[in-house]
Amino acid sequence: MRTFLLRRLLQTIPLLFGISALTFLLLKLAPGDFLATMADNPQISSATLEAMRHRFGLDRPWWVQYFLYLKNIFLHFDFGESFARHQPVFEVLRTGLGNTLLLASAAGLVTWGLAIPLGLLAAVRQYGVADRALSFAAFVWLSVPEVLSGLLLLWLAAATGWFPVGGMRDLDFEDFTAIQKLGDLLRHLALPAIVVGMVPLASRMRQMRASLLDQLKLDYVTTARAKGLPEHQVITRHALRNALNPLITLFGFTLGSLVSGSFVAETIFSWPGLGSITLEALNTHDQYLVMGSVLMASTVLIAGNLVADVLLAVADPRIRHD
Amino acid sequence: MTEPRAAVVLPLTVQTPARVFWRALRRSPLAIAGGALLVVLYSMALLAPFLAPYAESDIDREHFFHPPTPLHLRDASGRWHARPFVYGTQGGFDQRYTPDTSRRYALQWFPRGAAYRLFGVVPCDRHLFGVEPPGRIFVLGADDTGRDVWTRLLYGSQVSLTVGIVGIVISFTLGLLLGGISGYLGGWVDVVIMRGTELLLSIPGLYLIVALRGVFPLDLPSQQTYLAIVAILAFIGWAGLARVIRGMVLSLRQAEYVLAAEAMGASRLRIIVRHILPNTMSFTIVAATVAVPGYILGEVFLSFLGLGVQPPAASWGNMLNAARSQRVLTSFPWMLLAPGTAIFLTVMAFNFFGDGLRDALDPRRSAGGRG
Repeated sequence: MRTFLLRRLLQTIPLLFGISALTFLLLKLAPGDFLATMADNPQISSATLEAMRHRFGLDRPWWVQYFLYLKNIFLHFDFGESFARHQPVFEVLRTGLGNTLLLASAAGLVTWGLAIPLGLLAAVRQYGVADRALSFAAFVWLSVPEVLSGLLLLWLAAATGWFPVGGMRDLDFEDFTAIQKLGDLLRHLALPAIVVGMVPLASRMRQMRASLLDQLKLDYVTTARAKGLPEHQVITRHALRNALNPLITLFGFTLGSLVSGSFVAETIFSWPGLGSITLEALNTHDQYLVMGSVLMASTVLIAGNLVADVLLAVADPRIRHD
Repeated sequence: MTEPRAAVVLPLTVQTPARVFWRALRRSPLAIAGGALLVVLYSMALLAPFLAPYAESDIDREHFFHPPTPLHLRDASGRWHARPFVYGTQGGFDQRYTPDTSRRYALQWFPRGAAYRLFGVVPCDRHLFGVEPPGRIFVLGADDTGRDVWTRLLYGSQVSLTVGIVGIVISFTLGLLLGGISGYLGGWVDVVIMRGTELLLSIPGLYLIVALRGVFPLDLPSQQTYLAIVAILAFIGWAGLARVIRGMVLSLRQAEYVLAAEAMGASRLRIIVRHILPNTMSFTIVAATVAVPGYILGEVFLSFLGLGVQPPAASWGNMLNAARSQRVLTSFPWMLLAPGTAIFLTVMAFNFFGDGLRDALDPRRSAGGRG
């Protein structure tokens, strides 16, 4: 198991190097010299400009620049400076990543909290009314893009006032008690989490259904029934536990897709996560911030895949002894 | 170079792949419905200037956010008319419009209007329908500058629907070639290409799209933006396909007909393109159909964020962008519903069609169907 983990971890290193190189290349290809735009900005002193020029070696060849960029990340955990926010990129990204992960986790709860019971229902009543209705709904739902479901829920929020139309905190947040703060956060979180969480719902539900149906065909289920266990016990005590096993690995993969999926919801509900930051950074030519956030989002995706692989290896010994 | 010749004349009743495919497709009502809807949608995009009563960015300062115009057959005094008509409206600054029933504007078929070139060639100024000027008909309402939403939906479909097709053609050509080369040649070429795909697949899709968008100036003219979007989506899209194709090629590489072609001295590129790739076609066609909505949504996403096609040019994405404010959503919902429904129908049509194709082209299914 340890060698498997180690090998899998080592594989991610060249990948992260590659991503950093690609984002750096994109930065170099982008039109306009951001130092020139900075020089036009009266708020930035020429001393700061010189310091940055020196720190990132911007007057040197591109490969030296890339090396310095990597060196700063490795030695000082310094991802550069956000020009527009006058803050280290890492500081900006830390808050953003936290908010995105919060949104992604809440969305994960929505996905799995609905997918498991609905998949169970569909499998138990295979080819019944509920099963057919659910599979039809899933099929239609697959055609509703996130932008659309997001805007529809935003419309709901704006028309009814049941939910805030954006942001993460109420204006009076600081004066709230702890419980009010939690309630306020949940109210702001609800709609974006539903939008993001509903995206993978249809396919997760189908997987849950298929997985449970596979188990229900096996001999041990027949045995359990034959010895007179009530059907609900056969399902919850025996079949469901085994059916959830293959789905465990999907948790990790879902994390990656939820992070990518939260981009749209973040921009619609002005949730201050990585996606919103990336978009703003792109519009303000804040290029180190763009690079940093793409790197950060990719790290989450890679970490999610890693977790998925490890979980799979834990659940299935054949993989780790490969 | 000697060509292997098809010496045998095939009997007429042979099951060509196309025939098997059509027969299987006909059995799937969903696929037919999806396909028919796609034909309608793409025809509408092609005929957009004719089907639209107005020009793409025909601004009407008197009718900001005008609601959809109702058609009447019966006038205010209770008299019936054979020809449907609309009333003019008078509105204030609060965008509330009251019909002015003193004058009727009859619906006209094939009236003259803004000049355009049909299919980009034939000069023409007839439109499918319109109302007598100075009356105005807004089938799906008007937007924030009084432009007709129906008209913009049609012109927008030209952008949004073609992005998918053009993008898929480019990225699937790339994916097939690189996947084929990777699988057939193996060695360091394979390693390089596969690490490249891993790299692209490790960056969350929307982040990569936005980062790539940064490479192009943000204020490009709309035609160049269109090309930039296609380039971005194609650049991202080939990776996933290349990996699958590589896997298929690995298993086909040892097939006897490939060995035969090698023995006859065919070049490696020829073997990949003429012998191996055609055998991955049924998979590729399904994968392409199912992938098109992703490209369409990529354009919608970029334009929605204000990074894609810019007004006055219309696209479904920038129409959604115009609808995203609270005030517009609550007071002028047609701004959201019109492009939203169009996007939904398009994605659904592709999904239905793709699912039907998958069933039709699945070799296990068609083998079962024949036996």
